Amino acid sequence: MSLNIFLHELRVRRKSVLVWSLSITALVGFFFSIFPSFAEQAELTQELLKKFPPELLAAFGMNHLDMSAITGYFGFLFIFVQLCLAIQAGNYGFGLVSIEENERTADFLLTRPVSRAQVLSSKLLAALVCLTVTNLVVWAVSFISIEAFRGERAYETGVVALLLASIAVFQLLFLAIGLLISVLVKRIRSVTPYSLGLGFGMYTLSAFSGVFGDVKLEYITPFKHFDPAYIIQNRDFNTPFLLADAVIILICVALTYVLYIRRDIHAVS
Amino acid sequence: MSIIEVQNLTKYYGKSRGIVDVSFAVEEGEIFGFIGPNGAGKSTTIRLLLSLIRPTSGKASVFGKDVTTHGPEIRREIGYLPSEVFYYEGMRVRDLLNYSASFFPGDHSERIAELSDLMELEMNRRISDLSFGNKKKVGIVQGLLHSPRLLFLDEPTAGLDPLMQRKFFDLIRRENARGVTVFFSSHILGEVQRLSNRIGIIREGRIVEISDMRSLQQNNYKKIKVCASNLDAAAFALPGVTNLQPENGGLQFFFKGDINAVLKQLGSIPVEDVTIEEPTLEEIFMHYYE
Repeated sequence: MSLNIFLHELRVRRKSVLVWSLSITALVGFFFSIFPSFAEQAELTQELLKKFPPELLAAFGMNHLDMSAITGYFGFLFIFVQLCLAIQAGNYGFGLVSIEENERTADFLLTRPVSRAQVLSSKLLAALVCLTVTNLVVWAVSFISIEAFRGERAYETGVVALLLASIAVFQLLFLAIGLLISVLVKRIRSVTPYSLGLGFGMYTLSAFSGVFGDVKLEYITPFKHFDPAYIIQNRDFNTPFLLADAVIILICVALTYVLYIRRDIHAVS
Repeated sequence: MSIIEVQNLTKYYGKSRGIVDVSFAVEEGEIFGFIGPNGAGKSTTIRLLLSLIRPTSGKASVFGKDVTTHGPEIRREIGYLPSEVFYYEGMRVRDLLNYSASFFPGDHSERIAELSDLMELEMNRRISDLSFGNKKKVGIVQGLLHSPRLLFLDEPTAGLDPLMQRKFFDLIRRENARGVTVFFSSHILGEVQRLSNRIGIIREGRIVEISDMRSLQQNNYKKIKVCASNLDAAAFALPGVTNLQPENGGLQFFFKGDINAVLKQLGSIPVEDVTIEEPTLEEIFMHYYE
């Protein structure tokens, strides 16, 4: 760890954390602001939803969710929160070290008297802090919105907390995968296409696996590992997936260290 | 102990050549000029010594420590000025210099002030607003602010105006007088000639010559011009003569060997004018590249 790199990284990501946190706050706030009228017409809605093709409902994870209940509604909107978090974490992962090479500041940073491992650790820690700040904002805005718009309806705090607790692992997963890919490829010219691709790709895969039923695609997409409908129905995580994800995170990070320490930093050309 | 010691260092980028079997040593207090055309492997050598890239084979050590295993330790006493300077665009000059200083123990604010004054640096400008030359000046201050023992300068004068170049060279000489060793790569021979004690010439990834400045110029080659009427070029086809060519009704050639052989030949013909001079580094250099 190198404190000055860590602080520098925090400074660089300050704005990004703010923008992502505000965006997710707006998203959750907006969804909940229409919840009271949505729930009032719950029966009507349920009728309406029955007329939708089941594949479409499955794609949005709405076939297992009771949208008139707070947890069900939260589970539905939580998928979009996950999508935002996936893109943000992917952004940080893909850009963590590649941005220095892309903006050609790697020469400066890596000729300081610090080891590559120290550089990576400091950057990783700063990214974790940034993701955790966003995570905490999601916790806060979720409970505040629920309290503000639930009216007389009761809900299970534990289930909502369980969903929110899944965020940390979910973020780490996208951070770690992005990071590993970034040191596997020769050069990442721009981070955004990668993180959008990974985020939306995984999301779409998860959505389609709902459409086709049991297609096993769900095994690769983190969106299925942390499927809100599953967590709400079972009041628990999907344990095998959770363990697999922990292993994936560790492997990705470990491989990243190995590759980054040996990486050739090419001259400006 | 040599400050830099390179043994059979080889670097391939995949299949393309970086450097091949490069060996040399740089002693404490020297200014070592490293000359070669673009793509010869100058930057590759410097990047290997800074552990920015890993050697394919061979060994390199700086301050007696292996560069692949002791990188951070070595870099504590190294200053590096890259050929093209890139810094965090959003930062101000002052912040960048302070950030750089924060990696080295001690207080460097006085030296930053002194160096940036000398280089006429505007401390409150944003990096993104700086011209190429001004970024280079930031690079110079950044490379020197922690008083390194060894300086790597990769094409240092590119982008600096002549006035700044002169200041920069004075600065480097002053640092050198304090005992700082300088490793200095360039394809501009004049500046190497002005600054270096010893030079290495690299071509297509291989070292073709390592020599001190003086012996390279004095002991090796003489540039000889002869003016005479009815000169026969064959008369000077002596052993040691190269680049024999007619020039303005006379002859010009390089000669390496016992000068008396040429003088004898000159004495045997009526000449109008003779000049014998040391070739410029440029001419020696071109010779290596033929």
